[in-house]
Formats: sequence, C-alpha cells, structure tokens
Amino acid sequence: MGEISNAGLQQDDFDLTQFYAVFFEEARENLANMESMLLDIDIARPTDEELNAIFRVAHSIKGGAATFGFGDVATLTHELETLLDRLRRHELSLRRGMVDLLLEAGDVVKAQLARYQGSTDQSPPTDVLIGRIRQMAAGQEAAAEPTQGARCLEVRIGPLKDGSAADGLVELFRDIPDLGTIEALDLGQFSAEGVRRFKVMTRSPDSELLELFSFHVAREQVQIADSGAAATAPQAGVAAQDPLAGARPAAPESDGYGFFVDPKTLPAQAAAAQPAAVEGDPARRSDARAKPAAGGLESTTLRVSVEKVDQLINLVGELVITQAMLTQQAKDLDAVKFSSLLGGITDLERSSRHLQETVMSIRMTPMSFVFNRFPRLIRDLAAKLGKELDLKMVGEATELDKGLIEKIIDPLTHLVRNSADHGIETPEKRLAAGKPAHGTITLSAAHQGGSILIQVSDDGQGLRRERIVHKARERGLPVRDDMTDPEVWALIWEPGFSTADEISDVSGRGVGMDVVRKNIAALNGTVELDSAEGYGTRVTVRLPLTLAIMDGMSIGVGGETYILPLSSVVESFQVTAGMVQTVGATGRVVKVREEFMPVIALDDVFRVPRQDGDRAPEIMMILEAEGKRVAALVHELLGQHQVVVKNLETNYRRVPDISGATILGDGRVALIVDTASLVKRARH
Amino acid sequence: MQSILAVDDSASMRQMVAFTLKGAGYHVIEAADGQEAYEKAMTQSVDLVLTDQNMPRMDGVTLVKNLRALATYASTPILILTTESGEEVKSKGRAAGATGWLVKPFDPTKLLEVIRKVIR
Repeated sequence: MGEISNAGLQQDDFDLTQFYAVFFEEARENLANMESMLLDIDIARPTDEELNAIFRVAHSIKGGAATFGFGDVATLTHELETLLDRLRRHELSLRRGMVDLLLEAGDVVKAQLARYQGSTDQSPPTDVLIGRIRQMAAGQEAAAEPTQGARCLEVRIGPLKDGSAADGLVELFRDIPDLGTIEALDLGQFSAEGVRRFKVMTRSPDSELLELFSFHVAREQVQIADSGAAATAPQAGVAAQDPLAGARPAAPESDGYGFFVDPKTLPAQAAAAQPAAVEGDPARRSDARAKPAAGGLESTTLRVSVEKVDQLINLVGELVITQAMLTQQAKDLDAVKFSSLLGGITDLERSSRHLQETVMSIRMTPMSFVFNRFPRLIRDLAAKLGKELDLKMVGEATELDKGLIEKIIDPLTHLVRNSADHGIETPEKRLAAGKPAHGTITLSAAHQGGSILIQVSDDGQGLRRERIVHKARERGLPVRDDMTDPEVWALIWEPGFSTADEISDVSGRGVGMDVVRKNIAALNGTVELDSAEGYGTRVTVRLPLTLAIMDGMSIGVGGETYILPLSSVVESFQVTAGMVQTVGATGRVVKVREEFMPVIALDDVFRVPRQDGDRAPEIMMILEAEGKRVAALVHELLGQHQVVVKNLETNYRRVPDISGATILGDGRVALIVDTASLVKRARH
Repeated sequence: MQSILAVDDSASMRQMVAFTLKGAGYHVIEAADGQEAYEKAMTQSVDLVLTDQNMPRMDGVTLVKNLRALATYASTPILILTTESGEEVKSKGRAAGATGWLVKPFDPTKLLEVIRKVIR
C-alpha cells in the first residue's frame, strides 16, 4: 500500500495513517455495539436484523483492518466474519456457547487494537481462539432451515438464450416468504450449454417449485435434483476453498477487480438489467420520497474533539470573568450619564450567562455512557459467582458533565461488584428466603436541584448489623450498643473495614468503600448507605452537575478573600467570649450544641499576614467533609455566589488545602478551600 | 469535474476513498448506507457509483438495482466492493446490473486505475 506512481495526484505517497484515528474510534463503537447486541439477543429466537448487524461489525472491522494494515485484527475478524456469515444465513443456529465465544473474541479484538493505539505492548495470542471459532463455524452442519424438513436441491435451468431470465428465480425466493433460499452456483454466467445452475434449500415440494418457476422460464427447461452432501461440502472446513473454483467468469480476472460488461459498451447494461420496483424496506419508500434532500443518515450530531470543547469552555469562562469585572467597574458610574453603557453591560451579563450555560451543556453526557458497561460486567459476575443476576437501569438519559462521568465509573463499578458479591445471595439461599432465584441490581440516575443522584440498589440480604458491629469491635473502632442503624452503616466507610468472609477477588479487600467515598468527595459529591436486613441495600451518590462552576461562600481572612464550597458549609456564627476552649498545648475546640469540634484559624493555616490593628477573627464557620466537622475561624462573611472554578495545578502547581481558584469581579484571585483536607488536618 | 458517489458504512473507509479520489481531481459525495446513497443520487448528478455491499438499511446490491431503475442511472458505471471469496456478491451484483467489482482491501492506486477504466 506504499509506493504509488505520480498519476496526477497531489501527494507522492498515500499516507493512510491519517485515517487510523477514525478507524480506531469506529472499531471501538462497533465492538461496543456488538457486545450490546450479543447481550440483548434472544438466543432461542435471534432476528435476522440482529444477526446481520452483528455480522456487519466483524465485516466492517475486517475491511478497515485489512486496508490499513492491521494484519492480526484482520485475521481474527475474518474468522468471526465466517462464523457470523453462517449464522446469518441460518446455516448454524445460535447457542449460548457461541455468544460467549463471540464476546470473548470481541475482547481480544479490543486488546489487539489497543496495542496499535499504544496502550499496551502485549499482543494477545489468538491461535487457540481462532481454532475455537473455526470449530464453532464448522460445528453444526445444520439442514439450513432452522427446523427439519428442508431439502437441498440443485436446480438447472436451460438451455437459455438469455441467462438473466433465470435471475427471476432469485426474485421468487426473496418475494415469497418461507419458500427457502437460492444461491447461484455459477457466478451468474452460462455454462457451455447455456445452462444456469442454482442451489436451493426449501421445504416445498418439487411441484410447487415448478409452478413458481414457470412464471420466469419454461417448465421443460427446469431440472431439479437432490444435491445431497456435495452441495454443503464447500461451506464446511477451515480453509475457505472457493466453492466455485470450477466456474470461469467472463471478464478478465486481473488482480482484484473485474467487469461484468466490456467497459466501453456501458449503454448495453440498461437492457440487461431487470426493471424492478424500488426495493428496500417498503415502509421507508414514502420517507424517501418525502424528504429527498434530507439524507437519512445526515445526522443532527457532530463529532467534536474533547480538547476543542474544553478550550471553548475555558474561553467562555474568561469571557464571564471579564464581563463580571466590567459590571463591577460600572457600578460606580453615574446611572444617568452612562445609561446606555450600563444598559449594554446588563445585556452583556445576560448574554454571557446564557452563553456559559449553553457551552457547559455541550459537555453534558447521558449516564447511559456509564451504565452501558454494566450488562457485560453483570453477566460475567453472575457466571463467576454462580448467582443469577438481573440488571435494571433507570434514568440512563440523565446527563452529567463528561469530566465527572469518567470519574464516576470506578466507584460505581465497585458498588455494583459489592452488590453482586456481598449483597445478592445464591439462588438457593434466595429461594429458601422466599425470594425469586434471580437477584436484581438497579442503577438509577436523576437530577435533583443542582445535583445528580445516582443510586445502586439491590434486593439482596442487606447490611447485617451484628456482623458490622462485631467486625468494628474487632478492629477497635468505637462502637456503642445504642448506635442507630445509619450510624452502624457508617462504620463501613472506615478504612480497612470489610466483612467479607473470604476476600473474594471480585471485591472486599477492604480497600473498597473508603476509597469509593474519597473518590466521590474529590468530585465534591457525597455518598450514603441505606439498608434493610433481608431486603436489600441502596447506595446513593450525589454529585454536583459540573465541576467547572460551583456555588461558593466568600469569606474574608486577613485582607484576603477565600471561597468555601457552599455544600460544605453547615452554619456560621459570631464567636463570643468563652465559646472557644483550649485543649492541650495548642489545640482549641468549640462546643456547638452537644458536639465538640476542633477549631482552626484560617489565617494561621494560610499564613495570611496580620497587620497591626487587625482584630482577631471572630466568625466561626462550621464545615463538614467526609462526615466530619471542623470549625474554621475567619474574619468576615462576604457573601454567596457562583464561581467559575479554575484549576490551580494546570496554571501554577498543587497547593495543599486548596482545591482551585477563581477570579473575582474586581480582578483579584480568590483561592478555593479544599475542605476535606482542612478537616483531615484538624482531626488527625 | 466528475462526481463519484462513495457508499460505505465504515467512516474510515469512506474517508480514505474520498481522500484518494479528491486527490485525483474528482468531486466526492459520501453516503453511509444504500438508502442515503439513493436519496443523494436522486438529487445530485453522479458520474460513477462505488459501493460496499454490507450496509444497514439498504445493501449494495439493492442499491444497484434501485439505481438502475432510474432513467438517469441506467448506464452510469457502478462498482461493487467485494471480499476475496465474495462470489455470491459478484453474481448478485451482476444480476442487479453493476458494471464491475473491486476486491477489498484495495490500495488507492488500484482504485483510481479501475475508476479510470469505467468513468466517462
């Protein structure tokens, strides 16, 4: 595919690498579709449409892989194509083992492609897999029709003057349901005596066939014979021998192409072709007339790179900041003298806000992106754990920012594994408890206010209080007998906690739940457990809809402004004498209602220089993160507003206790406090 | 400038073909399946059709048949893409009225060579 002659082309070399990215993306999508279809397919009754669609996946990937030079992928997908071709022609019937094998093969293709994209070095070995696929493809020499009674016939038509009359027979089999199948054995060419040969599979008697054929050719010209095993032989076996090796095509077979007619006599084609009614799905015909210019697949979607979108969002963020500055500057202007300027600024403010909302919505992706990987996981888990698992998904269309979507996958996966492993009981146990043998895990997503609620729930055995209490005591965690259930469930979040009897390799190494919670907290989210013993468990994750904009509380510390995430602010109050007590050498605590909380002075933490004459900070902000509270001493409470979050790490570097920054209306930078790390610092 | 309608459900293949053909001075119209190709063929004039066989909604052979039923496409050169052992597609394609066939995978030079032989 390399050296090319200069036949008037603009490039000396065909560089196919520019198409690789599209091919990889396409193959990825194709493989995902194939997996989806294989998981959904009804093994007892697969539709032709499904089988054809799955076939096309293998065919498409094979074509691209061969064209772009990915030999191992082409080889493997070729074998899959052969198997799938037989399936779609009903020469084989679908079995569960076949679905498993196809799923496995799909994984291998994925791995092969990953190697070309640079993410691994290992090329997965495929010899055994290919062997199994070939076995499967050769396995059932089914009498082609799915049920008994089909006969395999060889039909000879002739002598004919015009071979295309025989093509009408092919129409018959297409138009008449249940007539059977027909295949030309002779490449559409006459034999020496002017005879056409076809292979026919049918359950209809000869007499019926003759009746039908006589519409197109004279009865005397039809010869029907049982073809027996000879006809099926060409399909069997591993090396796809050309079954028509005997036939000679009329056109010259130079390497890789050919013509059915002498290219110089093209007008002759019109006579040879069958004037036929427009084919294709009859239901679509009217559509084709109705919107000629619409073009069915002219999508209303666009593929855009993530970098471009991020850049756009960044620029819009800058715009919003500048607009805020202008608004700020304009505050002090004479409203009458500058009325049109002020009017313009108000318009600008509205437009910017609208623009920002629209742009942010570009990154919103439906949860189905995440949920769709779970059917496969559940299937594999069920097999591995010997349990029957059903997956329900609710609200897959609910949208979440793309950046968050990617980060939620790991924690959700862990929760689902937990449900499958520790939640759902074995079929025997379930039946004994009066439950259906199959357990149900439900994934759901819904918007609530400015957040998204994602839940993983199961109808398994639920959290068992005594076991948790017992385990907690074993680990020396503080446990009281009068703890409420939610307080007991909360023990699960402690690091190192796990009540798995053996550490199954599915989950339960005790690194699970606390990491899940930490991951979710890193997304400014919260997670809660709820359970009823014997009935099931539900985990609720709440996330802000986006990380790029946040509701914040501005506070003054020394002369500086800091931002606290509003979601972590519990309450605030003025400190009065005697509220704060000293503990130990330097520790201070404050008692709020019945709870003692450590106190941290933010001007100390952030080493904000104190000027002479500054008052001591007197406002206490109660902050909560990861279930723990801390009291932060600040000077002023400035107000609540939405801030555009700028990533400090990419613009400067990682700063402890700070999670980001924003630019205020007056142009100054305000740092956003990382409350989780503050809380940890205060309570270690 | 001559127009070629390139039909394939694989975007990477379409892109490669379009790139190759455009580089040789042809105007390229793309379609992702037979249905889309048919609709585009009805509203634009096309000097050659290059189509894959296995596509959703309307496959290659059916597209050929449908195009041949249109007066304007009765004699337009139509090439079907087949795989190495695709004898059936060849015979079906011929019966439907295709002008010729080309085996996948092909390299860009081969594509241009074949097209030059049939395009008028």
